[in-house]
Amino acid sequence: MNQGYAVARPRESVLATNKVIRNTYTLLSMTLLFSALMAGVSMAVQPPPMTQLLTVGGAFLLIWLVLPRTANSASGLLTVFGITGLLGFGLGPMLNYYLAMANGPQVVATALGGTGVIFLGLSGYALTTRRDFSFLGGFLFVGFLVVLAAALANIFLAIPALSLTISAAVIMIMSGFILYDTSRLINGGETNYVLATISLYLSIYNIFVNLLALLGIMSGDD
Amino acid sequence: MDWLKLGSALVLGLMLVVLFPRAKQMLTQSPKGSGDDWRAFLIPIALVAGFVVLLIMMV
Repeated sequence: MNQGYAVARPRESVLATNKVIRNTYTLLSMTLLFSALMAGVSMAVQPPPMTQLLTVGGAFLLIWLVLPRTANSASGLLTVFGITGLLGFGLGPMLNYYLAMANGPQVVATALGGTGVIFLGLSGYALTTRRDFSFLGGFLFVGFLVVLAAALANIFLAIPALSLTISAAVIMIMSGFILYDTSRLINGGETNYVLATISLYLSIYNIFVNLLALLGIMSGDD
Repeated sequence: MDWLKLGSALVLGLMLVVLFPRAKQMLTQSPKGSGDDWRAFLIPIALVAGFVVLLIMMV
């Protein structure tokens, strides 16, 4: 009896893990499409540059105050679309700014394609190797805090080289978070697909925004 | 000092305050990685860095 349970339990566990992975990637695809749609709307209505700050602040408040209370219910899905819709809408003024550059469409397309390649490559690596990257948690969080502190200081210092370094560091840290989050999905560390989706979405969003900034500056037309 | 800078500083400061306890908790609770684990992390990250350099050279 116990032996039968011991054999059946891992199978149930594997099925549950596969379901979480499937739901996460389905929801992630939908939120990315919704985010792109909202970015398109924002580009069309041309809101003021302050919009990105307001939407990032709003999304952060939703993640901090609302998501923990709704993640285990159906309203968690609404919260996810609220967060990703806000962040997508906030991209509009930035995309309009880059698209107005001489080689803007190329820069935006390269950042978009580059983000896709980085995400698919790292996800594929984590999914195929099935490695446990849980040891990265503390390192990535502390690294992210250091980068946030540097970004805060650079608002007042306005050092271009520090901006470049921060963007490059964010891309590396978010790449690490993709490995960490995907490994948590595979190894059962994350069983809530709403929270898993938001984690992966934020990594993709941050890689795109910082890759766009890096390419915009380095293309020489910024 | 314009409102955009002040607002950005406020949002970043709030993020730091909120995330600091979580980072402290993660640092103490994360398992230690072996040399092999760190290699398995650093190789794809180095590839990402190389890929970003390639993209910069393309634009």
